[in-house]
This record gives sequence, structure tokens and C-alpha cells, in this order.
Amino acid sequence: MPKLSYLKALNRAIGDEMDRDEAVCVFGEDVGVAVTHATAGLLKRFGPDRVLDTPISEQAFTGFATGAALAGLRPLIEFQIPALLFLVFEQIANQAHKFSLMTGGQTRVPVTYLLPGSGSRESWAGQHSDHPYSLFAHVGVKTVVPATPADAYGLLATAIRDDDPVVVFAPSGALGVREDLDPAALVPVPLGVGRIHRSGTDVTVVAVGHLVHDALAVAEELAGTVSVEVFDPRTLFPFDWSGLAASLERTGRLVVVDDSNRTCGIGGEIIATAAEEMRLIAPPRRVTRPDGAVLPFARELDLACQPTRAQLRAAVEKAVGAG
Amino acid sequence: MADPTTGPTADPATDPAAALYRTVALVRGFEQRAVELVRAKVVPGGIHPYTGQEAIAAGTCAALRPDDVITSTHRGHGHVLAKGADPARTMAELAGRTTGLNRGRGGSMHAADFGVGVLGANAIVGAAVPIAAGAAWAFRRAGSDRVALSYFGDGAVSQGVVLEAFNLAALWRVPLVLVCENNGFATSMRTADTVAGSILGRAAAFGIPARTVDGTDPEAVRDATAEAVARARAGGGPTLLECTAYRFDAHHTWEHTARPRYRTDEEVAAGRARDPLEIQGARIPAATRAAIDAQVAELLDRAVRFACEGPHPDPATALDHLYATGMRARAGVR
Repeated sequence: MPKLSYLKALNRAIGDEMDRDEAVCVFGEDVGVAVTHATAGLLKRFGPDRVLDTPISEQAFTGFATGAALAGLRPLIEFQIPALLFLVFEQIANQAHKFSLMTGGQTRVPVTYLLPGSGSRESWAGQHSDHPYSLFAHVGVKTVVPATPADAYGLLATAIRDDDPVVVFAPSGALGVREDLDPAALVPVPLGVGRIHRSGTDVTVVAVGHLVHDALAVAEELAGTVSVEVFDPRTLFPFDWSGLAASLERTGRLVVVDDSNRTCGIGGEIIATAAEEMRLIAPPRRVTRPDGAVLPFARELDLACQPTRAQLRAAVEKAVGAG
Repeated sequence: MADPTTGPTADPATDPAAALYRTVALVRGFEQRAVELVRAKVVPGGIHPYTGQEAIAAGTCAALRPDDVITSTHRGHGHVLAKGADPARTMAELAGRTTGLNRGRGGSMHAADFGVGVLGANAIVGAAVPIAAGAAWAFRRAGSDRVALSYFGDGAVSQGVVLEAFNLAALWRVPLVLVCENNGFATSMRTADTVAGSILGRAAAFGIPARTVDGTDPEAVRDATAEAVARARAGGGPTLLECTAYRFDAHHTWEHTARPRYRTDEEVAAGRARDPLEIQGARIPAATRAAIDAQVAELLDRAVRFACEGPHPDPATALDHLYATGMRARAGVR
């Protein structure tokens, strides 16, 4: 079977959706030459009326996509770096997201915002290394963080078909992941349905995005001593609360590993909900970036702010020991 | 032309001057009724009155087709009505009733009626300009000759997103008419104190044709808009119209209680002297004007009754329509 990379899966999802629906169009900076590779080949295949290189005007082209959506199109916007989301937060959180309710359901805004390379890349420093998915979950914008090529394909396809705005964070730490996949097996994946990558009975590790792979590695390290279940929510908003509850029925212990800042991060919400509503037999733990973190440039400093396998392993051992 | 003071009654359905007067009178009367309903606490939250600027809404919308679209501002009732929204449902929206245009979910600052091409009033200054540009681009891409028109105030021309949208619209020659309503004030700040350079100069920087129009004269606004619309339909791209007028009343009805002082009574009186209602009223026979006034008053009486009689929404439905897909959000308390 051919190996499919995460990045190629994103590219294939966009192309397949453009094939099946004329309304799908792509906006972004340097999407014609596909600087990030996510849009490779699309300009040649679909032409400049559907793949538009934009000026460096993130706020305008994000609002522009909202208008195009109100007029019947299904735009996908690619942002080269995640910090640009801070710049266009008004256009997404305050405009696109609010149109349906404010108009009393008169309209829909089916725009997809794709971030291929979210989170830390190798020393890209303070303004290129954020991973702001918790912000979007907080305001209620559908928020997706796929961990594998098949999920990257399936969740992006679903996001494009969704009638609401959806932000798709493709973590830079996952872009290089490859999977043996039959292309015919690539199918849309519903939003709000988590995935158990590894079953276990002692502790549930909820891992977001690329951290799923770290969680699987830690689970393997601990195999024989601790039975770790790795739960990948895949979408952070809506979140698969019933899937998490079912997992905690089995394990009763919870560790969350989340590559966003600690205060008001999604990890805090997962733990709060579990504490309020689910079966826990030990205090839950979380591994996150530090409060208010700005990723420093030097590689060792950058890494010092990101969740590590060692931290996750320690948290799992503590959670189990405390039981 | 017949002497307007003695001539025969004109029919707004066939006489453009009478039709323009009718729209100006409708918007003026609507705003006055809305202010009364704010004071009576039927309309919660207050409104941004459009009085003094009616010629801009009436003139621009008279040059648009029903299938063209507009985006509006936080001072948007005039645009919404001129584009064809039902006054009764618009008033019901201001009153937060289920019978309102937006089922009581949008209110004064977000009134929208997609059925008549109103893509929404917008409460963030300048935010709707790129939205209108995107809709215009989608029309052209679909092979139609529909246009979009975006209203924004003089305060908006210092918003970065507006200038970015000028660039995109001009670069991609989208069928867009940009209508800057220069009413002299960005809330309390005079235009001269907030705009470096000039509003027309903003457009010139992007190669967008621009002109200043007397925004108290409905016919001047209509004629200028018609040129801009024709240019847009023909593929000529965006045009900016700076329509000058004077805001007769408060920035917001809140001013009636807080009473910030940023202009003198003399200045307001001078501004009010150039009244779009009188300018257009003088162009039609007195009998026509009286007939229209009576018809508009009756229409607005009905609108107020309709608004007051509309049911208040059930609190259990507070988050209905949050997602177009019907997804339900978790409750805050469980």
C-alpha cells in the first residue's frame, strides 16, 4: 500500500472537495505556488477563479471569504502561520461565527480556515509558533486538530462540507507523519467524534494533535506496568464528551496533554468537565505549555515550553500512583 | 414640470421623485417612532438614529436592483428599509420580538433581510466592507451582473481592514459600490480630527474613481450611484462615493441621558436646516406629499402595533440558530 503523508492528505482533501463541489474555492498567500505544499497543483488543476493568490491583507481576505460564503461559495483560506489568527480573530470570531445567530438563522457561513504548520516549528520564535486552538474552542468556532493523515483528510473534507465556519489546525509536529493507506479508504470523518488509538484500563490520556504520537510512545514505554488508553478527541469543539466519559468508565484516571498555554487552555476544560460529570478515581493531571508562554527562539528554550514525553510519562505515573 | 405646489398628485409607483420622497419620509418617520419606542422602553438597548442622512439610503437604493445586495452599519435602519425590508418586521426586530426580521436575535445593530439583499447591519466599524467585496466577487464569478454596495461612515476610513478591502476590490475589479456616509462625526470626533488626508484621497491611492456627493439630496445621490452601479455591472470595478450630510440627532439614544457635549445648538440648527425631507418634498406636488405623508404615517402606526404585539422569544431558545448546521451548544449550567 502507498505511504500517504499528512500534508499530502490535506492536499488531496482540498482537491477532492473542489472536484465534487464547484462552490469550493481557495484563498491565501502564495497558494498558487503552494509554499506550504497544502495547495500543490490546485491552481493548475482548477484555475485562478478558484485558487486565488491574495495580497498580504489577512483581515480583508478573511472578511472577503465571509462575503463570498454569504453569496453561496464555500471558501477555504490557508494561513501560512498560526499567529495570523490573532490578526483575523475579529473576522472569524466576531463576524463569520456570529452571522447565523445574529440573523436569526437567515444565512450560513461555510468557510474553512486551514493552518498547515500550527505550533512550534524548528526555532521559528515568538510570532510563528503559537497553537491557538483553545481560543477558537472558547468562542465556539468549530475547531479541529487532526493527528494522522487519514484523519487530516477526513476531517478537512468534513470541515469544507460543513455549513459553519471551521478552523483546522494541522500541527507542524504531525505534518511529517506517514501512514500506509489505500486511497480508496480515505473518507470524511465526522466532527465531534474522538478516536481511541490504543485501548487501556488504568488511565486515559487525552492527547491533542501531534501529541497523540507522543502519547502512543509513552503508552508503549509503560506497557507492562501501566495500561494506557490514548484518546484523541480529533475535534476540540464540538468535543466528544460521551467518548471521553466511556473511556473514563473503563479507566477512572485522566491525564491531558495539550500544546497550548495552561490558563484557559482546552486541557483545563477537559479536566473540569470530567471532574463535574465523569467517573474519576484519582485527581486528573495535565501537561501543557506554561502560562502565557511565548516560544523563545533558541531550540532548547523553545522545547522547554512544549509538553514532552518525559513530562507526560511522569504525569501518568503520578495519576496512577495517586489512585 | 408642473408647479409642485399646485400640480396634480403624483404616484410614487410611477414617479421617481415621489418614490424618493416616500423612502425619505418612511425612514424619517421610522426613526422618530423608534426613538419614541426607546424612550417607552419597548425597544431595548437604544438605537443610532439616521435622521439627516435619509437621502443617502433612499438615493443609493433607488439605483439598485432587488437582486443586488448591501452591507450596512450600526446606523443601519435607513439602508435596511430603503432596500425593501418590511417596516413592521424591522420595528419588531428593534423591539426584540420573534416577529422581527432576525427573530429578535440581531436587533437594531444587526438588522438583516437576506430576502431583499440586506446582508446585515454590522456593529464593528468598517467590518462589512470586505464582506461586501467578497459577495460582489462571488456574483461576478457566477457570471451574473449583480453588484454589492457597502455603506460605512467617515470613521471607518481609518480602519485598516477597509483600506485593505479597497485594495482587494480594486485589484480584482469586483462589482462593488463603496458609499462613505460622511455625517461629520465619528461618535463625538469631528471628521477633521480623525481623518488625515482626505476620504477621496484614500480611494485615489488604490486607483478607485471617487467623488463627493451632496448626501442631503436624494436625486444627486441616486444619479451618482447609478453611474457607479453601471460601471460595476460593466466590469469596471469599484467606485467610492463620499456622501456628505449632517447627523441631526445623537450618535446613540444613550446621549439623551449622558448628554456629552461635542457640538453647539447653533451648529445642530444649521445642520438641520439642510433637510433631505424638505429638499425632496419641494420637488413633488403638495398634494402628493400630503398623500405620501398620510400613507407613511399609517404604515408606521401599523408597524409600531405589529412590533408591540409580537411575542417575546422563549428564553429556552436563546441559542437557536447559533450554528447553521443545527449543532446544539452545551448549556452553561447543567
